[in-house]
Amino acid sequence: MDLYATELMGAKTYDVAGNYVGRVREFFIEPAEAPNRVSHYLLSRGHFQPLVAKHNQIASVAAGKMELSVSERALELYEPNESWLAVQKDLLDQQIIDTRGRKVVRVNDVDLTPFRTNGNVELRLSQVDVGLPGAVRRLLQGVVPYAVVRKLQSKLPQSAIRWEFVNLVEPDPMRRVKLRITHEKLEDLHPADLAEIMEDLSAAERQGIIASLDEETAAAVLAELDERLTTQIVEKLDPEKAADILEEMAPDAAADLLADLSKETSDELLDEMPGQEADEVRELLEFDPATAGGMMNPQFAYVGEDSTREEVLEWMRGEELNYDQLDTIVLLDRLAQFSGTVPVARLLLAAGDQRMAELKMEPLLSLPPDADEKEVFELFDKYNLRMLTVVDKEHQPMGAITVDDVVSRLVKG
Amino acid sequence: MDWNAITAKFDRVRAGDTDLQKKIRGLRRRLTLLLAVVGPGLITSNVDNDAGGISVYTQAGAQYGYTLLWSLIPMTIALYVTEEMCARMGVVTGKGLSDLIREEFGFRSTFFVMITGFFVDLANVVAEFAGVAASMQIFGVNKYVAVPIAAIVVWVLVIRGTYRQVEVIFLFACVLYLSYVFSAFLAKPDWLIAAKHTVVPNLSLNSGYLLMLTGLVGTTIAPWQFFYLQAGFVEKKVGPRQYRQARADVLIGSISCMVIVFFIIVCTAATLYEKGHRDITDAAQAAAALIPLAGKGAGILFAFGLLNASLFAASILPLSTAHVICEGLGFEAGLDHKFKEAPIFYWLYTILIVAGAGVVLLPNAPLWKILIFSQVGNGIWLPVVVIFILLLVNRRDLMGDYVNTVTFNIVAWVTAIAMIALTLVLTYTALFQQSVPPPP
Repeated sequence: MDLYATELMGAKTYDVAGNYVGRVREFFIEPAEAPNRVSHYLLSRGHFQPLVAKHNQIASVAAGKMELSVSERALELYEPNESWLAVQKDLLDQQIIDTRGRKVVRVNDVDLTPFRTNGNVELRLSQVDVGLPGAVRRLLQGVVPYAVVRKLQSKLPQSAIRWEFVNLVEPDPMRRVKLRITHEKLEDLHPADLAEIMEDLSAAERQGIIASLDEETAAAVLAELDERLTTQIVEKLDPEKAADILEEMAPDAAADLLADLSKETSDELLDEMPGQEADEVRELLEFDPATAGGMMNPQFAYVGEDSTREEVLEWMRGEELNYDQLDTIVLLDRLAQFSGTVPVARLLLAAGDQRMAELKMEPLLSLPPDADEKEVFELFDKYNLRMLTVVDKEHQPMGAITVDDVVSRLVKG
Repeated sequence: MDWNAITAKFDRVRAGDTDLQKKIRGLRRRLTLLLAVVGPGLITSNVDNDAGGISVYTQAGAQYGYTLLWSLIPMTIALYVTEEMCARMGVVTGKGLSDLIREEFGFRSTFFVMITGFFVDLANVVAEFAGVAASMQIFGVNKYVAVPIAAIVVWVLVIRGTYRQVEVIFLFACVLYLSYVFSAFLAKPDWLIAAKHTVVPNLSLNSGYLLMLTGLVGTTIAPWQFFYLQAGFVEKKVGPRQYRQARADVLIGSISCMVIVFFIIVCTAATLYEKGHRDITDAAQAAAALIPLAGKGAGILFAFGLLNASLFAASILPLSTAHVICEGLGFEAGLDHKFKEAPIFYWLYTILIVAGAGVVLLPNAPLWKILIFSQVGNGIWLPVVVIFILLLVNRRDLMGDYVNTVTFNIVAWVTAIAMIALTLVLTYTALFQQSVPPPP
């Protein structure tokens, strides 16, 4: 039968000869050895130095009582070890990320499943309790007999998370490495979900997570995160890492982020970024955020208006384009001036030899970069646009505003 | 349409910034920074002037005239010192006070802090709805009409509004406290004497006077406000970089709270005390008594202030309490969840409002006893919370370089001990003496 951490804490421990050794005051997992096995038990006995029993020295364990398979003399003295995860100190009452439920929860208790191996009993951490039963056990721990508590809690709705879906948050990078805490599971989440999770964590924990995500995921998460938090995080990041993350972001998102930072920090980060990306972002920073120029993304797909559908498709396959840039294609005439747009959906239905100029949308719409954002909203609304081109004085396209830029601006406004 | 041609014609001229423009921009930027942070401190301190508080200030002015005004300056300091620590914790750790207590002191401590909090706050909510009932009576509205409507208004405001909207309404409610300033002017007080008593301490050893002093401190600094304040900064995502603005918010809040108290005491001192109406026991009575003394306007403004304060606190207390309890005990909380996702949160919130308003509607409800209970509860709860705050704010692993300095710690501990001693005295008298004895 499963055992709870609350039932193991304070358990009286006897050695193989039946002598009282002490009480269990803490127990540990050594993630580097086995991800869920209880590896060490801390036994305290009054004012003597505490002892440690290992997982292969346990003969039996039940609520409130543990028996060792060795004599007291075989036990070692306790030495603190940074690479052990202490269940009471590091897990109980702390926040963890439920990667399957995609939320932050607080640990009330821990479920342990006993396994027999080589005549010993190993406890393995099976799930963490985040619901009412765990809360009741914590409250009544040591006051009400175990049997009564068990009976009481069986009537309560269960709420637990399997250990494999638990992602610990440890802000200290050294400790994170020692405890083998990775954020692989977090990288599988949608960046928007991860951003929401991060908002529930403390500043240090957010910092820890961003620092250990790969740059691409970090960039996607920062783009989704509340901008007040984004600036706090980026300011504290190592500038080199911050620049790497910015490089992965779309230039308009990077510019929005940099605009919120102090001038010095923003210049420092731009200097760290490779020349071309930095220049794009610098140009965007020149625009007032509430204008078309401040909303546009300078990266967009453009082709000559004389090319055929086949040629364009061929070209698109060869380029590394983001899907969100592939919604609408900008057309240029021979003077490299803006001549129209073609939605990819239209391209899909067209015949192979049709020229792009024949497929373009009517009416021909574009805005100068200093147009007010209200004009942008009105055009999107009136013509049901998905994308709008921003052109300079020579009527050459500078960037594109996509419908997601408009939606997020409207939601924030 | 050819944009090229149009933009060429209407090419907008961008002049370079002049020095003045730059200065104005800098000022505006600083103001926006402050406004982005302002809120939690201002709101929390003003909610302190709730129905219970206003009753005590009224009595203080009616019974002892201007002589208690000197206590407002030390109280401002005490309020600022304690609130600043919570603001700092919220800004630095990004966690609520109940979160920190849970993580550092374990489940059981948290549970007892929270369960005490629940009952104390419930008693406070009853007091707020009683304030609504009493003030509406002056406007001639029956409590059986006023209280249910107030409860529904509170419910709708909080459930339907976004955090930002609610905050704007609350900030507006802060402004409405100015009605006390106007009613004080209408009362035509002797400003010179009032000013003198504000700066010159006047400690009398009369037991009634001491009790009133204790009452002032006890009602002004309520334990739940620390949770609300810290949560406010966390919710607004204020980071260490905006700590200075957060501190300014707390300072402005503490001072504005005390300014309102000053005007309430001055108003009642100039009228009720001078004219011998010294046996006033609550704010509604005071408002009624003001009408013949200082004119209808003064009385109505006074009653309106009480209504505003009661509604304001009744909106904040149940929500804040439900939030804090769920957060500390690890249940889903927050209005962005559906009922099914956060049942405990919604149940707590509902119970607080329904029970709080319901008790006031009971015929022969023992309101007086409930008020005493809320004072006693605050008194028992406050020391625990303040000591937790002081222990947490000095933890270097949590606060880094933002731990208390030695000087600040001395001020904070002295404040805490004084506050605790005073509230314990208040608790003792509330328990063993039915009421504050009238002055000789």
